[in-house]
Amino acid sequence: MTVAPAAPVTEQIYGVRGMRAPDRSSRDEVSESATFVVDLPEFSGPLDLLLSLIRDEQVDIYDIPIARVAEQFLARVSGMPIDAAAEYLEMAARLVRIKAQLLLPGPEGIEAWEDPRAELVRRLLEYQQVREVVDVLERLSDERRNRFSRTYTPISVQPAEPDERPLATSLADLFSAVDRVLRQARRPLVHDVIPRALDVDGAMTAIRTVLTVRARGCWSDVVMRDAEPWQILSVFLALLELAKRGEVRLAQRKPFAAVEFTDETISETP
Amino acid sequence: MKPLAKLLEAALFASARPVPNEALGQLDPESSAAAVAAALDEIREHYNSDGHGMELVTVGDGWQILTRPEYTEAIERAQLAARPQRLSAAALETLAIIAYRQPIGRAEIEEIRGVGAGAILKSLQERGLADVVGRGEGMGRPLLYGTTPVFLEHFALRHLGELPRADELAVALRPAQGNQQAAEQAARQPPRSV
Repeated sequence: MTVAPAAPVTEQIYGVRGMRAPDRSSRDEVSESATFVVDLPEFSGPLDLLLSLIRDEQVDIYDIPIARVAEQFLARVSGMPIDAAAEYLEMAARLVRIKAQLLLPGPEGIEAWEDPRAELVRRLLEYQQVREVVDVLERLSDERRNRFSRTYTPISVQPAEPDERPLATSLADLFSAVDRVLRQARRPLVHDVIPRALDVDGAMTAIRTVLTVRARGCWSDVVMRDAEPWQILSVFLALLELAKRGEVRLAQRKPFAAVEFTDETISETP
Repeated sequence: MKPLAKLLEAALFASARPVPNEALGQLDPESSAAAVAAALDEIREHYNSDGHGMELVTVGDGWQILTRPEYTEAIERAQLAARPQRLSAAALETLAIIAYRQPIGRAEIEEIRGVGAGAILKSLQERGLADVVGRGEGMGRPLLYGTTPVFLEHFALRHLGELPRADELAVALRPAQGNQQAAEQAARQPPRSV
């Protein structure tokens, strides 16, 4: 029914096998595979995981039983999300390849047999050295962390935790606070909005009129010499509006030169 | 304390970072390097014998007054100062590789660790623990990374030579003379168990 599929999930999270209810015992094979789910953030990479397997299995690093280690390795990786597993999968592929090379007979007549595992061993030893240095660095940094300099320069300090206690506020306090705020805001800031005194439609008519007489007009044809700002703005917006509608084409020979407009409808319908 | 010792103490107190030997020597042009060294000894002795909450330690190329570790917990509990965050294992591994192999490119770091190093290098750079020290030869002239003075400060090292030498690391897995021969021997013989 509905309880059974939940069992492996619980085990993934808590790893508790003894607490299984008797009626779920039929799901044994599912929970077996669930035990492969291992949280891997404890490993900093495929070499770390491989080293820990070699240590756990107590095998000689110079004579790694590849099949056994590869099997263990894949078992650990199988539960990882694919994007986190990429680097581990590359190592798994490498292990399988080494195993294949070990099984294949080498070319005849060649005396020196090179162990396909040699490169892996070299990398593992190198990585092991890094881990040893990390232990030293970790100890040193812990020692240093335990001392403060006079003005400690925060390299990366976690922000202080906010106070998690519930607020000790009564309803009356809250109301009086609201009242205080409202009393302050009782006189709203009033200012007059001047209506837009632009006459875009009028300017558009003026431009259209100019264009019925000739095919080309320029800025000074529609803007009077002593035009008010609202008139200039009206013409400007009207030109943009007409250009947007495809009625006129706007052009300017060079920066700050007079704007010219041509009748777009004429050129489109010759 | 002698006047010079007091002067040095004041300077060390005023500075947030370790004060290099050279800067300490410039505080009083009259005093010789030996006199400065003696004065530093005097301060350190003063702190140790009179039972102070601080001590004088040498960090990187300089000196710094630090609180004694036994008071750290109380100071942190009172939220007067906070210890810096611990570095992640990945960051420590990357730093270890840089410290021993510098100048080193990203590709080599990734080769040794078996995982991508881009994000970690960026965060180490942001923390000032590692930085670009040059460009390598070859394809794309890769950026080369090295450790910084902040690195020495973070690990309370005087110089990189205080880190264990490669041949001082654990014998078990080190390719020492005997092991190396064994490895070479193993490499020439078919495996015993696969």
